[in-house]
Amino acid sequence: MAQIDLTLAPTGKKKSKKRSLWADAWLRLRKNKSAVAGMIMLATILIVIYSSPLYLDYDNDVIKPDLTQTLQFPAKGKLLGTDELGRDVLARILWGGRISIGIGVLAMMLSSIIGCTLGAISGYYGGKTDGIIMRSLDVFMAIPSLLLMITLVSIMKPTITNLIIALAIGSVPSVSRMVRAQVLYIKGQEFVEAIRAQGASDFRIIVMHILPNAISPLISQFVMEIAGLILAISGLSFIGLGVQPPDPEWGAMLSSGREHIRDVWHVTAFPGIALVLTVVALTLVGDGLRDALDPRMKR
Amino acid sequence: MGRYILKRLAQMIPIVIGVSIIVFLLLSLSPGDPAKMILGLNAKEQELQMMREQLGLNDPIPVQYFNYMKKVAVGDFGTSYSTKQSVIEMIGVRLPPTLILAFGSLFTILIVAIPLGIALAVKQNSPFDNIMRVVSLFFAAMPGFWSGILMIILFSVHLGWLPANGFDTPSAMIMPIICSSIAGWAVNSRITRASMLDVIRQDYIRTARAKGLKESIVIRKHALKNALLPTITSVGMAVGGCFGGSVIMEMLFGINGMGKMMIDALRQKDIPTIMAGVIITSVIIAVANLLTDLAYSFVDPRIRSMYARRKQRKEVAGHGAN
Repeated sequence: MAQIDLTLAPTGKKKSKKRSLWADAWLRLRKNKSAVAGMIMLATILIVIYSSPLYLDYDNDVIKPDLTQTLQFPAKGKLLGTDELGRDVLARILWGGRISIGIGVLAMMLSSIIGCTLGAISGYYGGKTDGIIMRSLDVFMAIPSLLLMITLVSIMKPTITNLIIALAIGSVPSVSRMVRAQVLYIKGQEFVEAIRAQGASDFRIIVMHILPNAISPLISQFVMEIAGLILAISGLSFIGLGVQPPDPEWGAMLSSGREHIRDVWHVTAFPGIALVLTVVALTLVGDGLRDALDPRMKR
Repeated sequence: MGRYILKRLAQMIPIVIGVSIIVFLLLSLSPGDPAKMILGLNAKEQELQMMREQLGLNDPIPVQYFNYMKKVAVGDFGTSYSTKQSVIEMIGVRLPPTLILAFGSLFTILIVAIPLGIALAVKQNSPFDNIMRVVSLFFAAMPGFWSGILMIILFSVHLGWLPANGFDTPSAMIMPIICSSIAGWAVNSRITRASMLDVIRQDYIRTARAKGLKESIVIRKHALKNALLPTITSVGMAVGGCFGGSVIMEMLFGINGMGKMMIDALRQKDIPTIMAGVIITSVIIAVANLLTDLAYSFVDPRIRSMYARRKQRKEVAGHGAN
């Protein structure tokens, strides 16, 4: 038995190398240099930021003011200097990243759950259902999404949960539209007809067959949307409606550092750099995923 | 064409009504008593009650909404709860800076991104193209408020060339407009480059070149118009972003525009001002979207002839009936 396994396994693997759709996409992604650069950047950012609780203490390093050390320039020990309350800028950037990226990802998850449901129902059933859902989403799209988020947050009080809800609502209309377009395209294909002929229920067709096919080209859009949401969170925090002090957040740090731009530059420069690097990494990964996952986009 | 515009304008009405219903509902259901905002914290219960009656706040929400919309239909947006001014007068003062900021940045996006995108396509894979690929990646990722702060540090604090505040003089307008368009330059120059490259490879361009036309004429007269459609779509979609982003720009540069008015109004639960701000913004964006669609027909004669044909068909049908 053991011998047979040994002889058959290698040849069998080499000859009929069946790769799944995902393995195929992964290979294409790995060949794409800028996508690899983006993945390395993103992985580094995520590891550094999410391991920060291991070496940072929230009460002592992140929010505790030290008025003897205010607005110190970058130096040994305080690599990126200190802010107007003497707090270490690096520690706050790391902790703030957890908040920004965490909110961005959770809001995107929420909006993709709602967006997929609405988009799938709307695209699959068509007719009046489609009309009602799409016309109501048009109403939300008529308000600029940032203005919609600002209105929602200021009505609901800026807690982290409310922030996530507001951001998700702001991005649901565009997500549902994308999902609907995909569902409309897939619904017309023969395999769906075949499954329906076998007697599958609508729910089963949508959840098991249409959505998995609809989502793969959308994943890259979702990644890019996370970048957009992170920018939106910073924007909201910048005008005082996002993450509230003393919690650190990149936009909030820029906003409080703004008052000291006549004296120091590092308080506003570094949080912005962190923000831009994160968004660039997400964009590169998103671009790479689009080329890898969407066969129609292949060049 | 005129018929099409009228139809599109009519389609805007339900959208604007929908927007007003949602915002009105959100505001009415949110906590906070407008009567207390107007009279202050020391007001007596009796005065508060009278004020609520006067504002119609004791009516059911649908009645309140209906009464409000009846006034809006004749152009009366009411009086601000916090400043006691007529809302329409406030908007008359606040709208121009926001319009200049939003459409100024759209304009700079067009005049920077299109020539840049063409240059990048013509010089594809040159060092210039490769450098700009990286530069635009970072520009697209820069939030306007951060590039704004950096520009203030450089041009206002260190060089002293431009004012860091206000929007009254042309020199004060430079930084806000540039900051809110930087990301647009990056994104739209990439889009123009990509669609230009698609068009340049087509046969009719080869024919034009084979005729012996100068390259500049081939690009300008033959390729550009076809390459512009995706850029127009993207710039049209940027209108909403410019209006949303202007809220943050106005806070950063201390501009007395609609965005700052909305933030102040939201903080004080000034319902008439918020409602008017949202309704007017959504109308402006709907009109901008309509203009985008009309721009297609200006650039692409095929789309223009579609409108015309529809008209002809109507005329033929009309004659038949006679």
